[in-house]
Amino acid sequence: MFYREAGDFKTSYRSDQQTFPIKLDRVLFWSLIAFAFVVVPFLINDYWEKSILIPFLVWSMAALGLNILTGYCGQVSLGTGGFMAVGAYAAYKLMTAFPELNIVFVIILSGGVTAMVGVLFGLPSLRIKGFYLAVATLAAQFFLIWVFNKFPWFYNYSASGQITAPERTIFGIAVTGPSAPPWATYLLCLSLVFVFAWAARNLTRGRVGRSWMAIRDMDIAAEIIGVEPLKAKLSAFAVSSFYVGVAGAMYFTIWFGAVEPTEAFGINQSFRALFMVIIGGLGSIFGSFAGAAFLVLLPVLFKNVMVGQFGWPTDLATHIEIMLVGALIIFFLIVEPHGLARLWQIAKEKLRLWPFPH
Amino acid sequence: MKLVRIAMVAAAALMMGAAPALAELVFPSLSYRTGPYAPNGIPFADGYADYMTLINERDGGIGGVKIKLLECETGYNTEKGVECYESTKGEGALLYQPLSTGITYQLIPKGTADGIPIHSMGYGRTSAANGKVFSHVFNYPGTYWDAASIIVKHILDQEGGDLSGKTIALVYHNSAYGKEPIRTLEELAKKHGYKLTLLPVDHPGQEQKSTWLQIRRDRPDYVLLWGWGVMNQVAVQEAVNIRYPMDHFIGVWWSASEHDVLPAGAGADGYKAIAFHGVGKDFPIYDDLKTHVYDKGLAAGDGSNPGTVLYNRGMYAAILAVEAARKAQELSGAKDLTPAQMRDGMEALEIDAARMKELGIPDYGPEIKVTCENHGGPGLGAIQQWDANAKEWKLITDFIAADRPVVDELIMEDSMAYAKENNISMRCGT
Repeated sequence: MFYREAGDFKTSYRSDQQTFPIKLDRVLFWSLIAFAFVVVPFLINDYWEKSILIPFLVWSMAALGLNILTGYCGQVSLGTGGFMAVGAYAAYKLMTAFPELNIVFVIILSGGVTAMVGVLFGLPSLRIKGFYLAVATLAAQFFLIWVFNKFPWFYNYSASGQITAPERTIFGIAVTGPSAPPWATYLLCLSLVFVFAWAARNLTRGRVGRSWMAIRDMDIAAEIIGVEPLKAKLSAFAVSSFYVGVAGAMYFTIWFGAVEPTEAFGINQSFRALFMVIIGGLGSIFGSFAGAAFLVLLPVLFKNVMVGQFGWPTDLATHIEIMLVGALIIFFLIVEPHGLARLWQIAKEKLRLWPFPH
Repeated sequence: MKLVRIAMVAAAALMMGAAPALAELVFPSLSYRTGPYAPNGIPFADGYADYMTLINERDGGIGGVKIKLLECETGYNTEKGVECYESTKGEGALLYQPLSTGITYQLIPKGTADGIPIHSMGYGRTSAANGKVFSHVFNYPGTYWDAASIIVKHILDQEGGDLSGKTIALVYHNSAYGKEPIRTLEELAKKHGYKLTLLPVDHPGQEQKSTWLQIRRDRPDYVLLWGWGVMNQVAVQEAVNIRYPMDHFIGVWWSASEHDVLPAGAGADGYKAIAFHGVGKDFPIYDDLKTHVYDKGLAAGDGSNPGTVLYNRGMYAAILAVEAARKAQELSGAKDLTPAQMRDGMEALEIDAARMKELGIPDYGPEIKVTCENHGGPGLGAIQQWDANAKEWKLITDFIAADRPVVDELIMEDSMAYAKENNISMRCGT
């Protein structure tokens, strides 16, 4: 009825291959982006910034990174927390060593450092697969956190082992530190996520992405048709770690401003990212965002409804929230094992046929 | 269209809910009643809430203005703590007491920027004791570094004043909290000539077998414990298992509640810890609490905690907050306070023995006098010991002063580094 492609003619390969082939999709996407960039900054306050939007954006970035590795290349990783820590500590060392360096470059360079570390820990993936690789990345998680606790150089010998982000500005407006206005930090995060999600989408549609997917679907077959496993796997580790590192740097510099490794980047965070990717949908850019929204926004929503609206005791509300989120995860995985992204896709297909399904 | 209308109604309802109908003094309580730290978080939150209820019920609030307690569950998790801070600060929050060093570190810059005072009572960033640098952060009546030096002083007493050649092991929660005392203990090791061994335990602290195996092998002369939550119970139990002499095992004030020692049974007898306030129910204030709170069925939680160490501490936190609010009302002449007035009240806070008696807590803690320069309070602590047969803590020393020269120098060094990093200019006219 209102979601159809009739009359929407494609006259070039380019328009035939675009990400949103249906016009309504394109309109919706661009109006959403316009809303996020133009309208939201005027409405945002501290609470929406620090508790809802920035957590969502940062976790989307981390989920994107993990989705490239796990969803597109089929390499299961439990080291996301550790790689986020690498991004955060790289950002900290860069910020304190080069105070005049622009924060955007700091964040991107931190991603680069993480990519190198990721490649190093990706080397075992050339020999081991599946669960065994998951255990190897688990080792990376624990090793990296141990390193950041053990060697005081990483936290500049501070008494508590915490790292604290100094204030940095873009065009004279603070984007890190306590006096940063909410719209500035939000816009910075949003721009980073927008650019990198765009890049990820196009990367996964091109030659590199196809080689990852070939490896994921059957590595021996891929090797026979000429995909080099070394290049494909290591590039997946590099790109994925880059994204996760950027997420870690954003987590530390923009969101929190001060972190300690064990709590902020522990194994829990690795699992959280993995759940986001699985719930959202493996091998889907949209899925990364859906998964992040599911795990970041739902608990906050439940809390606000149960404590803020109903006035229930906080401990009861927390316990119910944990149970509800868990039940919802199981529900969605039973209803659609391929994640929210697949659910969205089915909904769109139904819409296209509506009201005459066959 | 319908959706828009619902959203507008909801937004209007929220706005109306946010606007206070009557003047109220808002005290958020960032508590944790769930997760691995709940055994410690619950009694503290109950004590805090019950005292606030008492003030409302008995006195009709502070200076006639009712207290509104906003409880928010953090689970001792920094991320949730920040969410709690952001969601409650808009409601006119006067003071934050997050009961978590990790959350305190987050709130120090945020609270200072928003002009809301933070009181990290005996936890948080030790160097915040320097009021010249930290305008909105208070950690009276004592800091971790005071605690570490007082414990070392107690050990010195036991050893006849000489620690050369002795070994002290520190079993600590591997977080900002647990790492706080290390610098002081290292400094004191240089001064007194003992050897310090560091044994970190990762969150949540249930896995300590290897730690205690190492202690069993090395047999340090003393073991200090900087734990929290389930980690405390496990540490005490493990110490009992390896038959470590319990009177050589000393905890910080956060590793010193009934919950921590009871599971180890008779074996825990003789375990020591430092304390900065009185223990037990033997204070006149408990009569008032019974009349105005417990008997009316207004007690927070399940009502099983009154008299425990952490309940008393939560109550103490509330007492100090209420006293500071009184001081703020007196200074500003206003009944309905702003966070800025509250901050001034905290900075002018004075509690002497006579005032404690009036409050129904005679000799409960050391006398407190906060000044612009000193936000860390007197820094006194007493040693308490667990009596497993009577199932109660007993103070076995008077309040001991910390090793001021060592601690003050460290506080100065660390706070100056912070001031330099964040371009803070000194306050207090110097």
